[in-house]
Amino acid sequence: MNFAVLQFPASNCDQDAIHALRDVLGQSARYLWHKETSLGDADAVIVPGGFSYGDYLRCGAIARFSPVMQAVKQFADRGGLVLGICNGFQVLTEAGLLSGALIRNRDLQFHCEHIFLKTVTTDSPFTNKIPADKLLKIPIAHGEGCYFADEETLAKLKANNQILWQYCDANGNLTDTANPNGSLLNIAGICNERRNVTGLMPHPERACEPLLGSDDGKWILESIIAALENKTIAKAA
Amino acid sequence: MKAKIVITPKKAVVDPQGKTVRNALEQMGHQGIKAVHVGKYLEIELDSADKESARRQLDEACHRFLSNPVIEDYKLEIE
Repeated sequence: MNFAVLQFPASNCDQDAIHALRDVLGQSARYLWHKETSLGDADAVIVPGGFSYGDYLRCGAIARFSPVMQAVKQFADRGGLVLGICNGFQVLTEAGLLSGALIRNRDLQFHCEHIFLKTVTTDSPFTNKIPADKLLKIPIAHGEGCYFADEETLAKLKANNQILWQYCDANGNLTDTANPNGSLLNIAGICNERRNVTGLMPHPERACEPLLGSDDGKWILESIIAALENKTIAKAA
Repeated sequence: MKAKIVITPKKAVVDPQGKTVRNALEQMGHQGIKAVHVGKYLEIELDSADKESARRQLDEACHRFLSNPVIEDYKLEIE
């Protein structure tokens, strides 16, 4: 499959994503500069982590207006698969492709650690390969990852089964202690109503090899590959 | 012409910065501080003669870009 990994000024997880996709999962993956106006032949788009445009104004606020994001919006509107990781999640919420917002962690600290994720549903192109009851051990690295949405939006996310991952402890319990940033409902990742756009704060691309402490992130990337192989999903070209 | 924009977190949004500043003020001995809200202040210099059209333009910019309506409120003043 052909993955496009966006590059904004100050993206810094783009290389990790390319490495995981190319070297670990054997996929075709290329960088796509923020000034590009076309996604080419991409089957899926990764909006990587980092500090796009220096996180000026708000995280993701400026990246959403870049030329490449206009192409990503059109791609998403046609049903193309888009995964936003960390800063990529922030960009997708700012762009209105995902609901809610990511605000400052409740303890004002930057958290860089492994956490556990409970997958709420396997009914999505981003979770379909994750075994039932499998907790994912994946790193986070963010200062502004506290998921916020108003009550109406949260109710809608729940009703439509759009919450994909929640922070939990090593036994799968959704506790407040296991919530690293104060996210409402322990939300770590969501998808849109159509289920083709997803964002999460944890970094699956940094957890694809045992050498890195965990390879649980592969389940998420492999889900995307499986979804692309099994279904007719819109292509960029 | 100059526009002044104040952006503050919505009341329903947790504001850990505001809480921390409030606690620090209390520790310094300041009394009666009920709450602190930390936001942003922008000054925009404009080359425009028409105050109303400048307001319309900046109102749209505030709503679409300068603030995030999901988490923030803004006040726009033009002088």
